[in-house]
This record gives sequence, C-alpha cells and structure tokens, in this order.
Amino acid sequence: MTGFAPAPPAAGCRNAPVLKERGQREVFCGLTGIIWLHRKMQDAFFLVVGSRTCAHLLQSAAGVMIFAEPRFGTAILEEKDLAGLADANTELDREVDRLLARRPDIKQLFLVGSCPSEVIKLDLHRAAERLTERHAPHVRVMNYSGSGIETTFTEGEDACLATMVPTLPATDERQLLMVGALPDVVEDQALSLLGAMGVKPVRCLPAHRAAETPGVGPNTVVALTQPFLNETAAHLERRGARILSAPFPFGEEGTTAWLWAVAQEFGVSPDTFERVTEAPRARARKAVAAAAETLDGKSIFFFPDSQLEIPLARFLTRECGMRAVEVGAPFINKQIVGPDLDLLAEGPVIAEGQDVDLQLDRCRAARPDLTVCGLGLANPLEAQGLTTKWAIELVFTPVHFYEQAGDLAGLFARPVRRRAILAGLEGAA
Amino acid sequence: MKLTVWTYEGPPHVGAMRVATAMKGLHYVLHAPQGDTYADLLFTMIERRNHRPPVSYTTFQARDLGADTANLFKTALHDAFDRFQPQAMIVGSSCTAELIQDDPEGMAATLDLGIPVIPLDLPSYQRKENFGSDETFYQIVKAIARPMERTAHVSANLIGPVGLGFRHRDDITEVTALLEEMGISVNVVAPMNATPADIARMGAAHFNVLMYPEHAETAARWMEKTLGQPYTKTVPIGVGATRDFIAEVAGIAGVEPKADDARLRMPWYSQSVDSTYLTGKRVFLFGDATHVKAMARVARDEMGFEVVGLGCYNREFARDIRKLAKEFGVEALISDDYLEVEQTIEALAPEMILGTQMERHIGKRLGIPCAVISAPVHVQDFPARYSPQMGWEGANVIFDTLVHPLVMGLEEHLLHMFREDFEFHDDAGASHHGGAAKARAIEAEPDADQEAAAAAAPAEGEIVWLSAAEKELKKIPFFVRGKAKRNTEKFALEKGVHEISVETLYEAKAHYAR
Repeated sequence: MTGFAPAPPAAGCRNAPVLKERGQREVFCGLTGIIWLHRKMQDAFFLVVGSRTCAHLLQSAAGVMIFAEPRFGTAILEEKDLAGLADANTELDREVDRLLARRPDIKQLFLVGSCPSEVIKLDLHRAAERLTERHAPHVRVMNYSGSGIETTFTEGEDACLATMVPTLPATDERQLLMVGALPDVVEDQALSLLGAMGVKPVRCLPAHRAAETPGVGPNTVVALTQPFLNETAAHLERRGARILSAPFPFGEEGTTAWLWAVAQEFGVSPDTFERVTEAPRARARKAVAAAAETLDGKSIFFFPDSQLEIPLARFLTRECGMRAVEVGAPFINKQIVGPDLDLLAEGPVIAEGQDVDLQLDRCRAARPDLTVCGLGLANPLEAQGLTTKWAIELVFTPVHFYEQAGDLAGLFARPVRRRAILAGLEGAA
Repeated sequence: MKLTVWTYEGPPHVGAMRVATAMKGLHYVLHAPQGDTYADLLFTMIERRNHRPPVSYTTFQARDLGADTANLFKTALHDAFDRFQPQAMIVGSSCTAELIQDDPEGMAATLDLGIPVIPLDLPSYQRKENFGSDETFYQIVKAIARPMERTAHVSANLIGPVGLGFRHRDDITEVTALLEEMGISVNVVAPMNATPADIARMGAAHFNVLMYPEHAETAARWMEKTLGQPYTKTVPIGVGATRDFIAEVAGIAGVEPKADDARLRMPWYSQSVDSTYLTGKRVFLFGDATHVKAMARVARDEMGFEVVGLGCYNREFARDIRKLAKEFGVEALISDDYLEVEQTIEALAPEMILGTQMERHIGKRLGIPCAVISAPVHVQDFPARYSPQMGWEGANVIFDTLVHPLVMGLEEHLLHMFREDFEFHDDAGASHHGGAAKARAIEAEPDADQEAAAAAAPAEGEIVWLSAAEKELKKIPFFVRGKAKRNTEKFALEKGVHEISVETLYEAKAHYAR
C-alpha cells in the first residue's frame, strides 16, 4: 500500500460481531428501485406484475414524478387472473402488446415480479422469453423480482442488473466496467477522472441505452460504485470478470481509495494519480470541512434501509468526526463492504436485519444526535425529540465522488443545524 | 390484468389502516410481506402524524413461506399485544397474505388475548381503499357497540372521519359547532380519535351524523337497524347543504333549527360585483362521490358556474353520481383510470377543474386552472391553518379556494383593456410566476406566414381561417381563445362553412352568447 490508501484504525469492524435480528422490518421492497433505474435507462420500461398495493407503493414513492408519463407501470392482477394461470399469461401478453404499441420508443422491457406474482408462481421468466421472441428484434424483454419477500429497497437494482449480466455480449477486451446506476453528473465526473489518468476503455452498467450495453469477459475488471450489488457481482464473476476490492466512493477519502484501487489495477503511476486528483481532493476536503463543523463529535444511529449505511458511517466517522452508535443494514456482504468495515473504527453495534420495535428501544435509549431512518419513522422520532435524516434521499441525490462530498456531508448537517435554529419553537405545539 | 400508472385508491388494507390510525387504543396486526410498511409514510409524511401508525406487520419473507408464516402471525399478534396493550385489535391480510391463505381469524381466536380481536375480510383483488375503511369501521362498530340508554341531553355521534381524510380534522370542529348551536352535544366522534371504549358507548347517542358516506355508511345503516339511531343524509358542504343539514338535524332531534351564521361571508362575496365574472364559468368536477355531489351544487347554485361534466372514481357510488349527472344534464364519468379522466377533460375543455391531486396535474398539463376538492390529496392539502369544507367557515374556505385559481373580475377586465399593450400580452407570463417578462417586439409581425398558410389548398372537410379572422382571433384574451376557436369551428361545420371570416367569428360568438 502506498500513500493514497487511507490508514485503517487500530481495530476496524471487519471482525466485529454482527447483531442479527429477525422481526418486523420497516423497509421498502425492491420495486422502489424502478424509480431511479428508469431515469438512468432511457429506453427501458419497467412493468410490474402485481397488485394494487404495488401500484400504490410506486405512486407513493415516486411522488410527483409519476405525472411525467414515466416509463413504468403496474399490470394489476385481478380476481380472474388468480383463477387460472394460463389466462394470466394471455392477459399479460395482451397488456404488453398494447403497451409496446403505445410506446414504440421502448427497446428494453423488464417484467418485474412482485410478492403476489411470486406467490402464485406466475412464470415471468418464461413470459419474458416468449415476449422477446414475439417482439424481436425491436424489443428485448427481461425479468427480475423486486418483491418484498425477496428484495429490500436497493436490492431491486441489484436484481435488475444481475438479470442483464447473462445477456451481455462476450468480450476479451481489457476494460474497466463501472457498475451501479449513478446520476449522470456523477458518472461523467468519474469517467473524466479515470480518463485523465489514462484508464480506458471504461464502460458502464447500466448503460443509458440498450445500444450502449457493455460486453463482459475474463479481461473485464469491475469497480462497483454501490455496495448493494451482491448478485450482480456474483454473476459478473461467473462471466469471468474480476471484482476490485475497494471502499465505496463517498467523501474525499472514499473516492481517493476507490480511484486508487482502479489506478493500481491499470498501472497508473503515483505521479499521474497525484496530478489528476490533487485539486478535486483539496476541493472535497474544503467542502466537507464546512459541514463537519456541525457534525464533529455528534453521535449517529443508522436504521437499515439501503446497504449504504456502512460506507456512509465510515465517511461520517472518519471525515466528519461523528461517532457511530449503531450501524444497521438490511444485508451485509463482508466481501463487498469489507474495505469499508476495515476503515470503520470499532465501537458501533453492527446490525443486520431488523426487529423494528427492539431497534427503536435501543435508539431511544442511546438518544443519538442524529438518526438515519425511513420516512415512516422520521417524524415520529422527531416528535420524541430526536433529530433525523431520512435515508431515501441518499439514494436519489448525487452523493458519490469528490464534487458531491460537501453536499453529502451537508445532507447530514442540515437537520442538526435546523434543530438548533428552531430551538426557540420548543413547546409551541 | 389492467395496466395502471396512477391509482385513485390504494388497496383495502390501506383503508383499514386509515381507520386504525384515526383511532386510539386500537392496534392492527396485518399479515403482509416485507415492504408493505411503505403505507406508514402516508400517515407520517402526508398527514404529518407525530407517531407511528398503530399497525404491526408480520413482514414475512420468501424463506418464511410455508408453515412458518402462520407462526410469524401469532408472534406478531402476541408481541403487539404485549407492547402496546390495546383495548381491542383488528387483524387481517394484505393482498399477498390473502394468497397464502393463513387464517388470521382462526389464529387470533386460539391465542385468546382477553380483548376483542376483530377479523377483517378485505378482498384485495376486487375492492379498494374506501371499501376497506367502510368495512373496517363497520366490523369494529358491530363487534363493540351495543344498545344502551340514551343520554339525557340530545346528543349525536359524528361518524366517518378517518386518517388521510381530506379536511376531516377541521370538518369535525365545524360540525360540532353547528350542532352546539342547536343545543345538541357530540357523544362520540369516530373513528377519528375514538378508543374502543368510546365505540362501546356510541349507542347512547340519539342519532348519527354521517359525515362521509365513503367511510361509514355501512356502520350507519347497522346502527340504525340495531341501535335504533337514525342518521343524516345531507353532507353539510356549501351554504345550501349546510342549511338543509340544519333542517334535517332539527327534524331528527326534535329541536329548533337554530343557526348562527354571523361568520358566513361566502354569499355576500359571491353576490358582490367582482364575482359577476364567475357567471357561467365552465367547470368539470371529479373526485370521491361525496365531495363531487356537494361541490356540484356549490358550483352551480352558489358560485354561478356552469357544470359541464362530473364523475367519481369510487364505483360504490356510481348510481348516485349518474343520478346527479342527469339532474345537471351532463354525462357521468365513473372511472378509476386517470387517462380516461384526462381525455374527458380535454374533450370538454372546461375553464376550471374541481378535482383531486391527479386532476391538478392534468390541469397543469392542459393549462386549465384547478382547485382540489377531494382525496387523494398531497401534503399541501393537510394545511396547518384551519380550513374545513363543511359548515359556514367551510363555505368561506371553498369560495376562496375556487376563486383563487381563476382570474378575478378586475384582473380579467384589465386583461381585456390592455390586451393590445406591448408590455402585456400572451407571452409575458403571469406576474406571480416569477421569471422575466419579455416585452413584445414593437414592429408588426409579418403576415407572410399566415398568408402562405391560407394560400395552401384546404383538404376536404378541413376548415381554413382567413388571415383577417385569425388576426381577430388573436385579439381575444388567451385564456378564452381556445374555446372561441373551437366554438367557431364547430359553428362553421354545422353551417357547412369551410372558410372562417371575421364575420363567421362574430356570428359564432352571437350563437354561443349567454
């Protein structure tokens, strides 16, 4: 290791005991992934096969976005579909025909499984094959499950990307594959930094359009940009690709460590690395420092939501001076978040899964200065005097890499500053 | 299968949650997969509740499918009982649990918790949210309310207000005041803020005020039959309906129809000259049946609008709405497909829409002003300020709500006066939208394009605007120009005229004059 790899603490959390809990889980299902995935993949349509509940969930999670003729929808199962399965397939074919006739711009159609469609064992995989034949070569139909019984929140993106991997063309080209749906502005910054170091070619999964779909093969090196891509990584390994091990690119330190892992793989000299990253690193440090003034010495508690919790706890403790009390994640893959666990100083409870009432008891007892949680818990906790940061924003907002490091810290500092500003309102209600 | 993007209503278990969240001392154990907890945020975010909805989910996952899900349910029920110590519980299945056919009723019975545990049967693949709330409230009332001695004083229950209800919070205050003025006290308000113990004493009231038929009509009918309590049929939204409501209540309760309407400003506002320009504004109404029915009357009889179409998304009330449409001489639209609503609005080209959150966005897309009159609504329609729909203050609120999106009389007059002014024209943008207004280019626009267009040979059956007529059309204020254009073309077609001259334009104007 050279100067660009961050120094780990004396004892990290890689081998810390993990508190595994089962019980009521206050989390989104994987269907929610559609809301950011469809923005990224511009010629894809996501058709959920599910119930009115699924449609209602998408509507509630999509907020106002739903009015812009979005490229997602729900084929709602009705009584008659439950009576006989053959009928459900015919119905689905008819709905897909109608949809594709109305939206000729669609090149990729995802049939997204839900709890109801999984429980009645509607074979969406066969349906996808059948519909691909029927609509070839114009549209490729794929399927994955975003059901709550199988996926939690961001795992929906994982399931979607994983289902694409076996269909990617084979290539022997030596290439970097950047995996994970990033906001365009962030993706462009990453590509520009890698380009300046001479790392090429770099391809992205998911691509903006079906025509730009990357290939994969034994000379492909994969850099994950999101920690929740467990299945996708496994499928890529099966295609011969190698997964780089690195902390996730949050904050100045995380971004530098991530880029450095890529740089070493592609033989970038330390001088070049220094030249390319020096200015953005200084900018990121400066921007983070502004928010860190508010966050320094404050304690933080993470409820499980997106699997981003461990890398974010690493960023907040190391770069903003916070103290982690509990870091809950819906699922922990030590292979993938291991480098972040190494950098996270021992101390916090690392929790996987959830029993929400017990976790709320722990949170109230600890009275953290900031609690990261879902929207179902945020206002109730605020009413109890705890300051919260709602987690879903961290998935929608550009937060990765250097230029967003200050914004990322700002997302956590804002609620703390707000509570201080409004202190005079206490007792008014 | 039906392809859907927008849904006006959630699944029926969300309706049950609306009842449970409205109440206190009641807990709902919902057999549901991981993820269904999304519905919590409707209450904590849209309604800004400061506590979690009293709902426990079994959150089963794929690995639990099989025998384990039944045990999960029992554990969840037990844990919820121990932790929350409710006076009563309701239990049921969400859409997925309905398919795996565990039996919440049977399982709850075997646990014998010593409190009422009320099973709900909510068919998720047939019915929707409003059915869920109506059925849940009915089951709770049926299980707990019993006949009892009436209160010595004349009293009424207010039934129907639930969680996530459009202005339910403030309507309760307003209706309570109306009753108080007649010397009638409120026995129990339910489900909102009622405990199971309160439900048990509902039988003491002399009658029921059915505030929202969507959420409590079945319970009202049951109480009429079993507890001997009549219920009110008039929903007091609007001045006329409030007066009718007071008369109806006085009749039922045997009291004087007293009303203190000193605060009522709506009739005078509507009569004042600035409101003259509201006369005959063409409106389209869509929403839940109760609000559409009430607002149609307000629109026609109290605002002086012309109702050009109406409809509702809850088919339970389709018959009522068809009847109402007949009275108004328009077509009823019973649909939960917002694309169909959008098509109807486009075809009718109203000057204003009274609708839900979806119609607000349809209006935005089509450039038609809209006021929200019914759920589903978004966070801005759970205001901090007092804003009922019912009673006298409700009428004041409605007047303001309906008028604000429209251009008021004086402003409309000014628009006419200055329409040729170079600083004031179609593209200048509204003053309250921000953004820089652009002054119109002073030089006259070249007419070459128009003449070229006019010179092109018209296709069979097509209508051509002569350039003078087109110029004249542009003098009409932009917010009524679309209607003028359509009317003129319709008139021309009826007369078999294919070229529209200035003359045709004014003949059409005279034809449609009102």
